[in-house]
Amino acid sequence: MSNKEDLALMAHLMRRAGFGANRDELEALVEKGYDAVVDELVDPPEDRHGGKAELLLRYHPGVLLPGGNPVMGQANWLYNMVSTDKPLEEKMALFWHHVFATGNSKLDNCDQMLTQIEMFRELGMGNYQDLILELSRNPAMIYWLDNNENHRDAVNENWGRELLELFTMGVSNYTEVDVREASRAFTGWTITPKLPRQPYGRYPWRFEYREEDHDFEEKTFLGQSGNFNGEDIIDIVVKEPATARFICRHLYNFFVADEPQVPAWTIEPARDEEALDAMCNVFEESHYEIREVLRFMLKSDFFKEARYQKIKSPAEVVASTMKMVGSYQFPDPGLAKICREPGYMGQDILDPPSVEGWHTGSEWINSGSLLARINFVADSVTKTSLPGMQSIIGHMKSQNVTTPEELLEGCLDSMGFLALSEETRNELSNHAQAGGNMDWSDEAAAGTRIGEMMALISATTEYQFA
Amino acid sequence: MTSTKKDPVIVVLQLTGGNDYMNTVIPYNDPLYFENRPNVGYKMEDIIKVDDNLGFMPAMGPIKEMYDQGKVAVIHGIGYPDSPRSHFRSMDIWHTCEPDKVGTEGWAGRLARELDPNKENVLTAINFGHGLPRALAVPGVPVAAISDLGTYGLLTGISDQDQRAKALDLFSRMYSPTVGGSFVTDYLRSTGTEAMIGADIVKVAPERYSSNVEYPSSAIAQHLRDIAQVYMADLGTRVFYTQHASFDTHAGEYAAHPALWKDISEGVSAFFEDLKEHNTGENVIMYLFSEFGRRVRDNGSGTDHGAAGVAFAIGDGVTGGMYGEYPSREAKDLEQGDLVPNYDFRGAYTTIVEDWFGMDATPLVNGNFEKMSYLK
Repeated sequence: MSNKEDLALMAHLMRRAGFGANRDELEALVEKGYDAVVDELVDPPEDRHGGKAELLLRYHPGVLLPGGNPVMGQANWLYNMVSTDKPLEEKMALFWHHVFATGNSKLDNCDQMLTQIEMFRELGMGNYQDLILELSRNPAMIYWLDNNENHRDAVNENWGRELLELFTMGVSNYTEVDVREASRAFTGWTITPKLPRQPYGRYPWRFEYREEDHDFEEKTFLGQSGNFNGEDIIDIVVKEPATARFICRHLYNFFVADEPQVPAWTIEPARDEEALDAMCNVFEESHYEIREVLRFMLKSDFFKEARYQKIKSPAEVVASTMKMVGSYQFPDPGLAKICREPGYMGQDILDPPSVEGWHTGSEWINSGSLLARINFVADSVTKTSLPGMQSIIGHMKSQNVTTPEELLEGCLDSMGFLALSEETRNELSNHAQAGGNMDWSDEAAAGTRIGEMMALISATTEYQFA
Repeated sequence: MTSTKKDPVIVVLQLTGGNDYMNTVIPYNDPLYFENRPNVGYKMEDIIKVDDNLGFMPAMGPIKEMYDQGKVAVIHGIGYPDSPRSHFRSMDIWHTCEPDKVGTEGWAGRLARELDPNKENVLTAINFGHGLPRALAVPGVPVAAISDLGTYGLLTGISDQDQRAKALDLFSRMYSPTVGGSFVTDYLRSTGTEAMIGADIVKVAPERYSSNVEYPSSAIAQHLRDIAQVYMADLGTRVFYTQHASFDTHAGEYAAHPALWKDISEGVSAFFEDLKEHNTGENVIMYLFSEFGRRVRDNGSGTDHGAAGVAFAIGDGVTGGMYGEYPSREAKDLEQGDLVPNYDFRGAYTTIVEDWFGMDATPLVNGNFEKMSYLK
């Protein structure tokens, strides 16, 4: 059996770079070695399938083109999160959804949202310049930020502004003139068909470049002049040091440790300037290869040392719990119900509150959402007949877990080798002591006791962190 | 008029899915109604006549009784220009009062923040149902979400009551304030304590409550009963929110729509009956709305998404009657086959915020909108 510290480190990696892993998986990964696991995460071997889309479609055909039913879109994505064997690819899709926040509340065309997420899967770990160019042509994004209303003779600045403010450089690194000029460069970048939804329903949108609606006059953008088109703007903006810093800070905030909210980034220094600089160097030296930044970051000491420095997002809470207890590994009926849970905790996936995305960190927590988080996990782990729980209970039985201290330790290990503060640990330990030694002669009762202990652990402040 | 009521309260009842205005308040004197509704229209003799022109659909008997007592205001033609005819976008607009951009704060959440600016009561606003509707979501404003009052609380998955009591005791110790904790941990602890206090306070509501009124078994009637219990327990809740679904009657409307309104009418009637029995009705109004009305012409078995709708205000504090104008059903006056709204929904909110709660509505509803005089 592997060394416990190795297992705990691997559990940390899989929480951050995926949606958690169970004990058997962790043992196998530790066997493979940390650096090799990171390499496989950022460069998944050919035989990995990703989310089990075919299986999902066979049982829930409604998730393929959810159209006006965003719940089925959420079911689609949540099942991908729990069934994928390319966890970092899926986690990066979630990351880009946080950054390039596009919402079905305006689109009312969930098919297009899923198409955008699929694009994030394909390009999310690739070259940042390729990704941002494809984003500029993504129909969901074009409609979300009104670039279909951006014409040669009537410039709409919505996309041009957010491209600079939220997707590349961040505020205070460009002027209003730059916003205007960037927007002009993207005139004619639109979607087709532009038919009204009523009375015929939804159409699949495609990107269309309309030369006759493009502004071919000269533009001056960030000090450079030329007859720029959208590609040129992207070519200029990705090279800006502000872009490297902005994207790497997003990656740090999402994968390593909670930063202040994005609007504060111009005021507050980064939590770890040295780490951020190092990430920026990799970003620039690799010519904007996201994969290389991820590889560097996940192997770095600052990442390994940052355990429990992030509050889990609701999507992480729900997907990792489903994986832990082994519910919905098969797309059972009820998926359309459980996929609403992240929304109850404040994160309606595919429908962020605005283009600024969700506020993360401690802003995930309010009295309603905390109750929803705790109850969801506690309800799940007390269903001891679920396959994941059976495996946890079976493992503890095979280890002959007997004393209250062993019970507590076994439960903490099953929940990702969780570390607790001394006070919390003492409280839980006292609680376990009061129940005496484990009695395996009644296996059902022993299982119930394990489920209840795990429910209590899920209620700790520590468990809210990843 | 500014309210002199002590602690006025509102219950918002959302009719989710797009309630069919024309089959709710029926313009029975207009031949165009019968012409446009060959398949899902009501027969003249089944319509409950309210005045010389308008009638309620047959399942609204209990509402008609309250109407006759002068406690029901019918607000006609409500909506906003250029209905997107999308459930989600339209509901968002009603929730955030932002028709032109994506809003992030809900009007009812803002109302709760104004009512309790120092966050003295974790139960100022409660949604009865799962999660939070955007109407109640405002960063930093505590709002409870209760799907079932009888089982509401922390760690409800632990079924053994003795074990659960021990677990809650343990929780309160784990979340008690400590010296030298980080900002985030302190915040988590205080929030957890708030959540537990809220659950703990609410628990007394069913214990304190007894009533001779029997509520029907529908989901909405049970939510309304939960609301009555919490309200009568005097826990200081000012904004209650709940919803009933689904009013999205594209097909089978003739069966589904009356069933929905039967649930609503009986539930609402029982709720006010209950308040009356306990002599606590005068501080409560109820406001019913839907994200849009439906198409004028039926589609053979139902009706499709439309524009203008109808809202209702109910309670002792309401001056009953018809408010505003029923939009024209003439073909030339329709937009894309739909009734055109002639009253902005933010005006109805403004009336509530200013005339019921006695506060300035402008910052809550994002502008100045025409009020109506449906509140005493």
